Amino acid sequence: MSSEQEGESIRCLVAKVGLDGHDRGAHVISRAFRDAGFEVIYSGLHKSPDDIVQAAVQEDVDVLGISILSGAHNTLVPKIIDGLEEYDAADDTLVLVGGVIPEEDREGLKEEGVAAIFGPGTSIEETIEFVRENAPER
Amino acid sequence: MTEGGDDERLLEELLAGKHRALARTISKIENRAPGYRDLVSELYAHTGEADVIGITGSPGAGKSTLVDKLAEAYRERGETVGIIAIDPSSPFSGGAVLGDRIRMGSTIGDMDVFVRSMSARGTLGGLSTATADAVKAMDAFGKDKVIIETVGAGQNEIDIVRTADTVAVLVPPGSGDDVQTLKAGILEIGDIFVVNKADRDGADRTVQELRDMVAMDAGDGFGMSGAGHHGADAMQMDDHGHDQGHGQAHDQDPDPHGDEPETWIPPIVETIATHGTGVEEFIEELENHQQYLVASGTRAEMARKRYAEEIRTLLREDVHGLLEDELEDAGGIDDLAEAVRTGETDPYTIADELLEPVEMCLEDLEREG
Repeated sequence: MSSEQEGESIRCLVAKVGLDGHDRGAHVISRAFRDAGFEVIYSGLHKSPDDIVQAAVQEDVDVLGISILSGAHNTLVPKIIDGLEEYDAADDTLVLVGGVIPEEDREGLKEEGVAAIFGPGTSIEETIEFVRENAPER
Repeated sequence: MTEGGDDERLLEELLAGKHRALARTISKIENRAPGYRDLVSELYAHTGEADVIGITGSPGAGKSTLVDKLAEAYRERGETVGIIAIDPSSPFSGGAVLGDRIRMGSTIGDMDVFVRSMSARGTLGGLSTATADAVKAMDAFGKDKVIIETVGAGQNEIDIVRTADTVAVLVPPGSGDDVQTLKAGILEIGDIFVVNKADRDGADRTVQELRDMVAMDAGDGFGMSGAGHHGADAMQMDDHGHDQGHGQAHDQDPDPHGDEPETWIPPIVETIATHGTGVEEFIEELENHQQYLVASGTRAEMARKRYAEEIRTLLREDVHGLLEDELEDAGGIDDLAEAVRTGETDPYTIADELLEPVEMCLEDLEREG
């Protein structure tokens, strides 16, 4: 416990954007992250990209996990990443996308700055492992 | 990584009002990252402008919702707001889900409301230091109001809200027995009591119970004026024949500001946070309290006490840190604990042994001095 005194914890924002009310996945991920020892901030449903950017900047999160099952990812995700850039936060925030993202859209999102996309069937361990390994050093 | 230069730039950017810099500074404070101490000590020169408000109460009392409405009301007056929302973290995994932000919808999209969630992270007393430092950062950034929100569950939380100038305690209605338990610690720290969800059954009773408690605390009905709150006064202990007025010193009280009593008697405000009802009154009481603090000189005294406490806490933590290293050198806490378990030694002996070099150093210093 002693070395934990300077304890840096991985901070994550789990975000739901747009008109998508399916939050089971986001809840499961939030709990799993918590149990992995991360600090999780959950955005709540139906947030706009600006809301997400505001929360990510103010909370100074290491990881932003966006959950989208509405199919609007090609519009919403770039808006969020642009917003992060506006506040100089894009470079050291690990942006993840979870949900239903068709194969043909994945390359485009990654070019926008998404580090990884976790589709249906991804194991929670895999996601946690990825976060642990890739959370930005600050 | 040129730490010093980075921190200097961070400070400059924070003072210039860059949100990212404030966020990063608070992270450094939370993480106790290298250089955070210098950074915080630089901040001090730029603080002192913000009113710091602490809001506490049991889980589900409506703290976040009320804070949200409060922030909205301040924003309408053109004041900027910083919010520090503290949630417990799991003592097992160290993880936390910080959920207060969800309930702060009224000001979403408004960057001049800076909401920061913090978790307890299991640091020994460290959270109150971290909170106080985060408040300093928001103050230096130029926030007019800084609100600290925390669950009032124990000593740790009480220490946290003590960093505030004014502490409001939220009491949900129908919590007759809870009010009893509140007596223990929370009553003493409450400058204002808020009965939230005032439209629920039992609200009147809770108000009444609080009123009685406050009256008892004030002792003897002395300085009773102000303890009351609006509504039917039939049950009020009007032993002095006063018609108990409406909150503290702002109507029909014979001497509202003239010769203000030296003691502050906590008013009781009823709110329905979800509708924003009673928020204006709450703000009024907050302002009354601020005025009282200044007028009575309590503010300066409180600040002194707070700084004294901060100095003590810092020293304690620093010494604690030194001793942690000592512990490591002595073979680690686990081995020592095992030695106690097997009856080889006892905690007092170990503590004495570990402290010995520190004491020797101090003695040497004294001799030199």
